[in-house]
Amino acid sequence: MEFFERFAIPHPSPAIYASMVAIALTMVAIVAGLTYFKKWGYLWREWLTTVDHKRIGIMYLISALLMLFRGGADAIMLRAQLAVPENKLLDAQHYNEIFTTHGIVMILFMAMPFIIALMNFVVPLQIGARDVAFPRLNALSFWLFFMGAMLLNISFVVGGSPDAGWTSYFPLAGTEFSESVGSNYYMIAIQIAGIGTLMTGVNFLTTILRMRAPGMTLMKMPMFTWSVLVTNVIIVFAFPVLTVLLAMGTFDRLFATHFFTTTNGGMDMLWANLFWVWGHPEVYILILPAFGVYSEVISTFARRNLYGYKSMVASMVLISLLSFLVWTHHFFTMGQGALTNSIFSITTMAIAVPTGVKIFNWLLTLWKGKIEITTPMLYSLLFIPLFTIGGVTGVMLGMSAADYQYHNTMFLVAHFHMVIIPGVVFAMLAGLTYWWPKMFGFMLNERIGKWTAWIIGISTLVAFMPMFFSGLDGQARRMYTYSESTGYGPLNMISFIGAVGLAVGFVLIAYNVYYSVRYSPRNISADPWDARSLEWATHSPVPEYNFAIVPQVDSSEAFWDAKKKGHELFKGEYEKIHMPNNSGVPFLMSCIFFVWGFSLVFSMWIPAIAATIGILACMAHRSFEKDHGRYISVEEVEETESKLRGAS
Amino acid sequence: MSELFPRKQVMGFVFSMVLTAVALLVYFLDMSFTAGMTVLLITAFVQAGLQLVVFMHAGETDDKGSIYTNIFYGVVIALVTVFGTLLILVWDM
Repeated sequence: MEFFERFAIPHPSPAIYASMVAIALTMVAIVAGLTYFKKWGYLWREWLTTVDHKRIGIMYLISALLMLFRGGADAIMLRAQLAVPENKLLDAQHYNEIFTTHGIVMILFMAMPFIIALMNFVVPLQIGARDVAFPRLNALSFWLFFMGAMLLNISFVVGGSPDAGWTSYFPLAGTEFSESVGSNYYMIAIQIAGIGTLMTGVNFLTTILRMRAPGMTLMKMPMFTWSVLVTNVIIVFAFPVLTVLLAMGTFDRLFATHFFTTTNGGMDMLWANLFWVWGHPEVYILILPAFGVYSEVISTFARRNLYGYKSMVASMVLISLLSFLVWTHHFFTMGQGALTNSIFSITTMAIAVPTGVKIFNWLLTLWKGKIEITTPMLYSLLFIPLFTIGGVTGVMLGMSAADYQYHNTMFLVAHFHMVIIPGVVFAMLAGLTYWWPKMFGFMLNERIGKWTAWIIGISTLVAFMPMFFSGLDGQARRMYTYSESTGYGPLNMISFIGAVGLAVGFVLIAYNVYYSVRYSPRNISADPWDARSLEWATHSPVPEYNFAIVPQVDSSEAFWDAKKKGHELFKGEYEKIHMPNNSGVPFLMSCIFFVWGFSLVFSMWIPAIAATIGILACMAHRSFEKDHGRYISVEEVEETESKLRGAS
Repeated sequence: MSELFPRKQVMGFVFSMVLTAVALLVYFLDMSFTAGMTVLLITAFVQAGLQLVVFMHAGETDDKGSIYTNIFYGVVIALVTVFGTLLILVWDM
């Protein structure tokens, strides 16, 4: 019995017991459903063992949407607690756990996989490749991310959630002040997911540099691919910092080392410093692919080529460099001198310049364009003014002297939500709607889509604008309640209404998927938006080999050239196509990683050692395995092509 | 026959052993902390460069431009991080 006591929740409440029951029932329902409909074999063959970048992309997408609802539920609870003064809905501990989880889930398990989902699905198609450079590594990336996310998600029913904020600053996150296993979950779950992301970085960097279609030089790549290339450069250089940082944090918590303690030569501020050495580039890892999506969408629906291609590329490369030079602006008030703060203030403001260049390029693309308002375009048009509010307040925060006023208030919270929601979330929703027909062969309903975009756009303003004011009035972030005399009540009530509006918007997205699955026509063409880049040149749904004949490229809008200027994309005859084999090892290895992580969280050394051996065995298996892939014969390609041509 | 002899690799191997031996001297000889760290840093970076060029074949393929750009960029980021951290936590605290 003593063994099981460690798994108990240190701070239980009826809501958590209800969640336990709900989770157990859901799992029973999934297992029963799979068995009843005899889908186990299908699940294993088509999804769990797949190395196809399109299917991996779709799995990333499903995970991201699930996590969006999980993080959204957290957000609603937080805003409900703050809606009125002296509210008793949540106690301080639960509030801490929920805002911590909300941050981790939304950044690392919603925004990141959403971006990687689009990256996976779109980039190989846009560059005319058959798959990514390392398809099996790609599967491993996904499953490591998935297991990391699941490990963090069970924390609130097994052992307790992390409660030291998503930044998990020491000494608060150290064993002295965070006694429960919550912060262990933080260190290890993010570590596992982070290794997956690092592998994605290596994979896509190689893919984009080495596997482009003939004729596609770097400066003829579509803008989304460019943004992904730059993003992956940042991933490769920033994520190792996180890996090392989390390893040091894990050592501090599990093995009583003193990297971040306040005694014995430790330096607690080093955590904040290194966290943001990773954390600031991470911001740009999130926003650059979003910029890429907007570039694609705006040029497609303004019916013009993107204005200022070269300056777009240059500004992204500059942003990628500057993103490594600004991290101190996250802790201007930590106590370093005015010289340091001034240097980082200047670099911070400098980053607004390339970002401004991009905004003007989009505006100039729209200017004299023949604008067609579709759902993705609506999100992009809403993005420009809303993101500018977030961006301008960012410049305010970047002034280190003034930051002493804003630091740790709701003003900051309002700023980063106004950047991330219009910047990243709108882009992901735009991208989802835009590429949905390529993924699934039918379109999302435009009427519901536009309603959703307006509801989400307006609710974002309603939810976050009041925080700018309450923050300037002095409302601190992460404060679980406040007295009526502060006068924050009405502003927070407005915020809560906005949060409910956002929830309505996200439910409408789910409804739109349901509605479109049932009623959307299936006889659409392979190019329903009249778009410009290569992914629209193949069939919908995309055959597993992507392109029967490798396309020849001549500009950044090869497909547009093919449609309008008579450029010949597909020259030559069908040939047999070399494809990678499926493998169950990435999935199994990630399951072992889950066991490894869970054992470490609870300091259970014997299963941890056993799991480590299992992981090494999987790697050894890969080293000695002879797998040369397989060929799709010409006959098979012809058959698939004629079938899809009939359908598309 | 002489073209087949991997002269460069053998020389590289001998040189990397020498570097290792020099680094080990820090432990066996009684040096000041500064002198010891200087020796360790220099031998470590020369060793890393040697391994990259001679044994990991950087610069032998047509993508040597991107390999060296990558390394250079990595070094720049590392230096910025290290010296930025020193500035924040030590020199200007």
